[in-house]
Amino acid sequence: MDNQYFVDSEFLSPAALEKKHRLERDPSSRKNHMEYLPGMEQISSGVMDQVMGHRNTYDPAAYTAKDVLAALRRDTCTIEDFKALLSPAAEAYLEPMARRAQAETQKHFGNTVYLFTPLYIANYCENYCVYCGFNCYNHINRMKLNMDQIRHEMEIIAQSGMEEILILTGESRAQSDVAYIGEACKLARNYFRMVGLEIYPVNTDEYAYLHQCGADYVTVFQETYDPDRYEQLHLMGHKRVWPYRFEAQERALMGGMRGVAFSALLGLADFRRDALASALHVYFLQRKYPHAEMSLSCPRLRPIVNNAGINPLEVGEKQLCQILCAYRIFLPYVGITVSSRETAQFRDGIVRIAATKVSAGVSTGIGDHESKYTGRDTGAEEGDEQFEISDGRSFDAMYRDIEGQGLQPVLNDYLYV
Amino acid sequence: MDHDKLILGGKEFTSRFILGSGKYSLKLIEAAVRDAGAQIITLAVRRANTKEQESILDYIPKGVTLLPNTSGARDANEAVRIARLARELGCGDFVKIEIMRDSKYLLPDNQETIKATEILAKEGFVVLPYMYPDLYAARALADAGAAAVMPLAAPIGSNKGLAAREFIQILIDEIDLPIIVDAGIGRPSQACEAMEMGAAAVMANTALATAGDLPLMAAAFRQAIEAGRAAYLSGLGRVLVRGGSASDPLTGFLRS
Repeated sequence: MDNQYFVDSEFLSPAALEKKHRLERDPSSRKNHMEYLPGMEQISSGVMDQVMGHRNTYDPAAYTAKDVLAALRRDTCTIEDFKALLSPAAEAYLEPMARRAQAETQKHFGNTVYLFTPLYIANYCENYCVYCGFNCYNHINRMKLNMDQIRHEMEIIAQSGMEEILILTGESRAQSDVAYIGEACKLARNYFRMVGLEIYPVNTDEYAYLHQCGADYVTVFQETYDPDRYEQLHLMGHKRVWPYRFEAQERALMGGMRGVAFSALLGLADFRRDALASALHVYFLQRKYPHAEMSLSCPRLRPIVNNAGINPLEVGEKQLCQILCAYRIFLPYVGITVSSRETAQFRDGIVRIAATKVSAGVSTGIGDHESKYTGRDTGAEEGDEQFEISDGRSFDAMYRDIEGQGLQPVLNDYLYV
Repeated sequence: MDHDKLILGGKEFTSRFILGSGKYSLKLIEAAVRDAGAQIITLAVRRANTKEQESILDYIPKGVTLLPNTSGARDANEAVRIARLARELGCGDFVKIEIMRDSKYLLPDNQETIKATEILAKEGFVVLPYMYPDLYAARALADAGAAAVMPLAAPIGSNKGLAAREFIQILIDEIDLPIIVDAGIGRPSQACEAMEMGAAAVMANTALATAGDLPLMAAAFRQAIEAGRAAYLSGLGRVLVRGGSASDPLTGFLRS
């Protein structure tokens, strides 16, 4: 059933190919995805049970137009209301949902839209996640930037005017260890006012260390909150351990991070139940850590190098808009980020309704900011991209377009003290 | 509605009216139980009559849960001592913490209340703290082991109603414990509104005690609280917002 994701490379050895096929075809050859591996910290948290209790009993088809209307007229959106807003019955009420979402966004964020850019510093990966361009069986140009190269990338990005950066790596502790990422954070503090991380999940003490190094926001995507589906898509590597990933944001907060970001990758499993679980993950963690800042993203599946056929299936723009409106109405205080996976037209529309943060000047490749920003072939080595982007607008173009819509682009609102 | 119970300290109650302790008389207790349906009645331990005759305890009908309070305590230590005394007197494990360090307005001291709650919850009391509606204090009370949180609606005895409405709503939305609105409720309509907001119960005393016809007012409170609760459970209806909606659709950009 997942043949759309499986791509064999001619560069794999017969032994590697044999192992890959075994992992794909024989579930018994795969490790237990619910079991922590040695070295993985286990925290006692009630949040997972709370989230999964709702997710497991959620039946989107059970909600009617009446439930949707009742949800829209209530002052405070309850969990039940939110379930109605995510249901197929709410698709007919997209416009009133957008109006309510817009009102909530304006109440909590005014007309501000935050800008950031991602910086991929390495694309080595030890996981086999079948939909991801960085997966260890995908034949791509692998690369890890050294500190001089990272500095060069940061200079180029900072010169564009960007003040917030999100540092990303593939998930390889061997190639990109915590010390390496920490050094990159220290470097980033020289160029940027705000440094976020999107790396493999680590233990509390490691988050504390990275926080000391200058990072203060951690993004971890759960991909899907359906553990059975997760098991079929993440066949090998540390990422296969579903509960360790689920608890990453809580460990990050325990390690002293200021904020955490969440998402499911829409299109991998039942997107309504994944959207429900993503938002409840935020909701219950916020109740437990009321001081923390939280934000939601909403990535949809995109084509990758060597597999152009990957797509978000039944999650169209209307469904994505519905999810984002429901997020905003249920969690009016959280940031909502819409990445360059979406088109310029979609992003221009959604920042008027629900989104509060967009990326600009984006590359998901390694070491290619100069060539991408200037259009020149610099002759420098470059690593391949994680996925194809849709909105290639530069920092300047994005800034102009946001202003042109009567909104206020914000580069940073946080000062390290 | 039949299954709608107020649960405090593992005990189930069908009534959501609690009689406060400010102004006591046999008539008031009778009316509160018979006409307002009260199943919980507060008792100020410090003010309980020490003489043989006319003890309030004698007036409490069977089946009614006694809620001793620490009224008169000026700090956590005093409140803890009063609570222990109440238990020794056979008043049970329920205790309402009231700590006031201001004799003019009788406003609760949240900090001391949190301290007392923590000590008494550890000793197995079902602790119901009276508090000024502050989110941080409410969270600390929940962490300290409170069985419910009892924010004041307005200064005690003032009959001014839901002066702290917005802040009580925040507690209702954010705290995973029953929120019992205490103090300041002066009319049935105010009690009804608190219940519509999602309060778990309402406590009142002065509003009944100072009414012209006590039994009639007690019945009015019962009806108001039941009506408010039913409205909350049924989901409130549409509120018309002034002004039309813009004709330019927000979602016109969507392609698929």
